[in-house]
Amino acid sequence: MEQTQATPELRSGSTPAPGAPAPGAPAPKARAKQRAQVPSLQTFLIPLLAVLTGLIIGGIVILVTDAVVVAAFRNFFREPGEALKAVWHSIASAYGSLLSGSFGSPREIIEGLQTYFAVGDPAPLLQAIYPITESLVASTPYIFAGLGVAVGFKCGLFNIGAEGQFFVGALGSAFVGYKLIGVPWFIHLPLAVLGGAVAGALWGAIPGYLKAATGGHEVVNTIMMNWIAFRLSDWLLNGPMKAPGYRPVTPQIEASAELPRLFALPIRFNVGFFLALAVAALIYWLIYKTTVGYEIRAVGANPDAARYAGMSITRNFVLTMMLSGGLAGLAGASQVLGIDHWVGQGFSAGYGFDAIAIALLGKSHPAGVVLAALLFGTLRSGATRMQSLAGIPIDIISIIQGLVIVFVAAPAIIRWLFRIRAGREEKLVLTRGWGA
Amino acid sequence: MTIASAQMTKRADVTGHRVTGLVLLLIGLAIFGLFGAALEPGLETKFGLNPGFGSQAIKIPDLVLPTQPAIYMLAGMAVFFGAWQLARGFRSVGAVIGIVAFCFIAAFLLWAARGKTFNLVGMLSSSLVRATPIALAALCGVISERAGVVNIAIEGIMLMATQTAVVSATISGNLYVGLVVAILTGMLLAAIHAFLAVKFKVDQIVSGVAINIFATGATSFISSRFLERNTDVLNNSGTFPVIAIPLLSKIPILGPIFFANNIIVYLMILLVVALHVLLFYTPWGLRTRAVGEHPKAADTLGINVYLMRYVNVILGGAIAGVGGAYFSIGSVGRFDEIMTAGKGFIGLAAMIFGKWNPVGAFFSSLLFGFADSLQVKLQILRVPIPSEFLLMAPYIVTMVVLAGVVGRAIPPAADGVPYEKD
Repeated sequence: MEQTQATPELRSGSTPAPGAPAPGAPAPKARAKQRAQVPSLQTFLIPLLAVLTGLIIGGIVILVTDAVVVAAFRNFFREPGEALKAVWHSIASAYGSLLSGSFGSPREIIEGLQTYFAVGDPAPLLQAIYPITESLVASTPYIFAGLGVAVGFKCGLFNIGAEGQFFVGALGSAFVGYKLIGVPWFIHLPLAVLGGAVAGALWGAIPGYLKAATGGHEVVNTIMMNWIAFRLSDWLLNGPMKAPGYRPVTPQIEASAELPRLFALPIRFNVGFFLALAVAALIYWLIYKTTVGYEIRAVGANPDAARYAGMSITRNFVLTMMLSGGLAGLAGASQVLGIDHWVGQGFSAGYGFDAIAIALLGKSHPAGVVLAALLFGTLRSGATRMQSLAGIPIDIISIIQGLVIVFVAAPAIIRWLFRIRAGREEKLVLTRGWGA
Repeated sequence: MTIASAQMTKRADVTGHRVTGLVLLLIGLAIFGLFGAALEPGLETKFGLNPGFGSQAIKIPDLVLPTQPAIYMLAGMAVFFGAWQLARGFRSVGAVIGIVAFCFIAAFLLWAARGKTFNLVGMLSSSLVRATPIALAALCGVISERAGVVNIAIEGIMLMATQTAVVSATISGNLYVGLVVAILTGMLLAAIHAFLAVKFKVDQIVSGVAINIFATGATSFISSRFLERNTDVLNNSGTFPVIAIPLLSKIPILGPIFFANNIIVYLMILLVVALHVLLFYTPWGLRTRAVGEHPKAADTLGINVYLMRYVNVILGGAIAGVGGAYFSIGSVGRFDEIMTAGKGFIGLAAMIFGKWNPVGAFFSSLLFGFADSLQVKLQILRVPIPSEFLLMAPYIVTMVVLAGVVGRAIPPAADGVPYEKD
């Protein structure tokens, strides 16, 4: 039993992938240096190609489900031109609205700048940068939640419960936000943020403890905690936390608990984004520069070795899941305190699951997670516009995400598709059986 | 193991038993305090032993119990077993926990249905129906994991199959077409999982999660792009009729529970038996288990490890496809977004609780089905617990069961480990 359990665990860690190095690979010494300092080109290439491939397949899905395109292809042999035009039109309208929804139009931005410098009127400029700020707004919870899942990966824990932790965190923040009245903002805001983090951390701690104490697999338990969170929020929003009126929503939070916005409405960009970047830096420091982080990584790489070195598996599992849940809770807090100012049903809307894709895409490194979160935030805010303009359901993003996870987890597919030679890479191993 | 450590383990065991005993004793007292003491005497609880209506079973009289004495008796039983466990210890702790849990649930039902009639057979029969998708998910898990592939994609596979089943059944106007399409969908998605796990040696949990996310996205995408606007032509199939088996369905109590169901429930029971026989009494089963326990040894003996894993995971996908069909064409006749609601994961817990054994998985699925149908019945009885909390019951039961059983249930040795040929 012990023997067989040890096998998968030893496989994890940062052992180089099996197989001889490709011809022309750098000498071992250079490689060691490279490992410490600069990430190789492939570190960026594979995720980028993974996203690109995901977008291409997503495009195919859009085409296949477009009635106009399908109708045009019925007459492909009579009018191939029409069919190709329909394809172009469908893709251009979908991804065109996605792009303009993500970044806005460069022409408008330049004109806005000109107006601002010529007349001093910021309105056109604000109008023009609105889509970009919305992308950053959508990225903010992604950074937090992605960091949460990534921290879990560092300890060999797969937190699929970010969705529930996000929701619970949002409810915690909202509760502090509307319940405390007449407190100055410099006390109220930190407390509200903390409320979200603590709620998420508690929600994460339960599966962490169960994993450490009983061996119940965190994947099943976090999923169960998600469903419990949804039911609990149903109850809270219809009962104790319900605002006056008939809609099942919480009351508006006090102005003193809001994350300050930097521009006039409709721009919702707020300091939450900078908070997210700061937390990412903090997590980097915690994971890579402190004893706590070292222990987390050691337990993740090889629990048995960590145990023999005197580290407590239980403590690290619980701590990691609390951190992970707390970060997901912060994601919920940033959304409530920065954007919505109240919580309603279906508030989480897939952020927790997107976070998994983000953590995997960012290779569980805080910097990578920030980049991946920016990418997905951009995609999401663009997709919202795509939904309203081109009528393509926003769920296309989930399809693309599923594909991206597959491609990031199986880089061999991407290498085969794009004819890239194999390089050095870490393999992610989370499957540790149900008991260990 | 040294003598000292053996003694320590034994002492820890004894303490563990004492704690269990104390907890059971407290549960017994809780039954007394919560349900028994506050009742006005003279109330009766009626348990209906005939199914609702349209049944051909021979009618038998209802079971009428005086509420308070019956609860006191159950409380006394629980206290007795708890005290005995505390003082002397039973050999099979699991059985004792089971008995006390039964006392608690029975007392709770007696209390909840005091002064009313509670249809016991109706609830047991709906337990079986609600256990069906869970059992099918668990069987899918058993067959994949016995071959050494962790399949966490069951939820997504079932969700996708649910949708394809109802759409193809509506378009073709034939429910059996829907069932076949659901099976094919399941096989396709499982094949992708197997391909990623066996060929690319992707971490099986990651690949499973990717399939789950993909399935959620794809079904919601199709639902909002097509189904919502064309409900009548795409998403309205009707459901499989209940087939009462002649004679057998006339047996009181058991008849209506087991022999008056739709085809998917029968299929599930059939699959439980078939898988049990296949796994433990055929060469194929022996090979499957060998591949899951020690793939290298199996390979040395000439068994094609990769092929066995592909075949098993894909067969598992077919079973999960049937489970998916249950949700739409087996119960409501339409597709709603994320309608599987975590049943695939609950199935995994049932698989673990059933010790990777088809029959065990079936019985533990019944437990989850029971928790699920209890929740529905309690809402009807207007128990003063918010319905949202009752809806949590299956999920909490899953976590408790998982916490209690893991470590004692031993998975196949090579479960989740990609096999690499030297």
